[in-house]
Amino acid sequence: MTLALAIARLQLQELLRRRLFLALLVLTAAVIALTTWGFSRIPTLGSPGRPISTTEIAAVASQLLILVMFMFSFVLAFSAVFAGAPAISSEVESGISLALLARPITRTEYVVGKWLGLVATILFYAIPAASFQMLFVRLVVSYTPPRPIEFLAFVIGEAVVIATLALLLSTRLAGMVGGVATLIAWGAAWMAGIVGGVGAFFDNATLTHVGTASKLLLPTDGLWRGAVWSLEPASIIAGARAAGPAAAGNPFFAPDAPPTAYLLWCVLWIAAVLALAVWSFSRREV
Amino acid sequence: MIDAPAIRTHDLAKRYGDITALAGLTMTIPRGDIFGFLGPNGAGKTTAVKLLLGLVAPTSGEGEILGASIGDRDSRRRIGYLPELFRYQSWLTSREVLALHCELAGIDRAAWPRETEDALAVVGLADRATSRVGTFSKGMQQRLGLGVALLGAPDLVILDEPTSALDPVGRHDVREIIRALADRGTTVFLNSHLLTEVEQVCRRVAIVDRGRVVAEGTLDELLGGDSVRVRATGLAREQRAALARFGQLDDEGEWLVVRGIRAESIPDLVAEIVRAGGRVYAVEPRHESLEDRFLTLLGQRH
Repeated sequence: MTLALAIARLQLQELLRRRLFLALLVLTAAVIALTTWGFSRIPTLGSPGRPISTTEIAAVASQLLILVMFMFSFVLAFSAVFAGAPAISSEVESGISLALLARPITRTEYVVGKWLGLVATILFYAIPAASFQMLFVRLVVSYTPPRPIEFLAFVIGEAVVIATLALLLSTRLAGMVGGVATLIAWGAAWMAGIVGGVGAFFDNATLTHVGTASKLLLPTDGLWRGAVWSLEPASIIAGARAAGPAAAGNPFFAPDAPPTAYLLWCVLWIAAVLALAVWSFSRREV
Repeated sequence: MIDAPAIRTHDLAKRYGDITALAGLTMTIPRGDIFGFLGPNGAGKTTAVKLLLGLVAPTSGEGEILGASIGDRDSRRRIGYLPELFRYQSWLTSREVLALHCELAGIDRAAWPRETEDALAVVGLADRATSRVGTFSKGMQQRLGLGVALLGAPDLVILDEPTSALDPVGRHDVREIIRALADRGTTVFLNSHLLTEVEQVCRRVAIVDRGRVVAEGTLDELLGGDSVRVRATGLAREQRAALARFGQLDDEGEWLVVRGIRAESIPDLVAEIVRAGGRVYAVEPRHESLEDRFLTLLGQRH
């Protein structure tokens, strides 16, 4: 499997050396700077007669951070698609794979190497970007989300799920086709999550099942709910619980952490889709 | 399995639905040979190469490379390959591409610097070792691809149209490289439609058309020696037919073509015509080129 690591290194090297990654880093730094400025304005929201309280600052900051992090997860998901969808197909189309695959490397090593490279790229981008965002928010408004490590794990998990699906499609479809298909699936899963929430509110079994099925078929929204939950202070959860099931349809709210069984399912899902990608590419003629 | 031939195939075939890309390829290529695999575009040459390398699976038939079944991992360590569609990672430098292939080929890490520098020198890219492949012309990329195929002193080098992007100097260089490979005992499988190239370097050739091998053998066997065209009058049909003892006779009336005749027998042929009462106006000895043979073979089929 050491050849898989060589392919992973090559994949990471490609993404780092291409301008796309540099552009992403520059834009992310700009967004972090702008949002930090925005957060720094929260303490000035109060009027002269009624200055904003520390609790209120934390409440506003927590909600704002959830929205900012949704955008972050959105960018991360898109980047995972853009990196994953052409990862194999572009090499087959251009002929790069001919010289590579004639070497004593198995298709399994090649596909797993590509996947490891994608995961490494996601970690390379997500950990510093999200950490700096949370660190700067802490510096300007003294607010730290309750579970920052869990948040990172959930958004990275969501990106890995998307990259794995894109890689599977990349074994058979052109980059553009696989990329669009992955994004549609991701968007549909997000919508289905909302539908499931609405079903829960109206106690409608069919709609609830739609939400549950989509969370199992493509666990992106399920993991996103975990990320939201990690960012919510206890007061917000308590407040939303008091409001009853109405909040369940809100894609920016999660009353509970995803159960352990669901997290295990996500790991299994990734392993199964990666195995499917290996199987699919093993039968692909280049 | 040192004594096993470099390549042995039996009825190797590839079909895509109703289209037959390669129909029953049977051939044996001994070690150390320079083998030319010839054919017009779309004849199935690249399909054959991909089958030999295990890049596509055969529909039927079987094959062995260096004594192991096609696609065997260990045998792939000892094969160098330059694809027809050659593209290398544009974001890497040429030295990095070579180092990557050293790693993939399982070459000992300590030998990488020597292997990469040697390959760069042989293909004439020593001064572009640190340039990114993305800045290379097609010809330079093909030279790099050739360098990649030479890494690790492989026992078998498969070159698929290795000079398609090269200028005359580059083509000359490639011929020299192929001869040097043969001198050290490497088997070279040269896939090409450039007949003069093949004629200059190959010892044995196979001509493939529409997925079938239509002729195979050494160049001497395939070309069948020289021929002569003689313009003579005054000979009866039977007298002309009697000249067939000099070689394969093509009676075109005034013009007679005798194939497979040795050069020293041409005066005897002329003397025989004169003795029979014929008048000789022209004698044109010809050396049959591979191109003549190729066109004749393909002409019979099309």
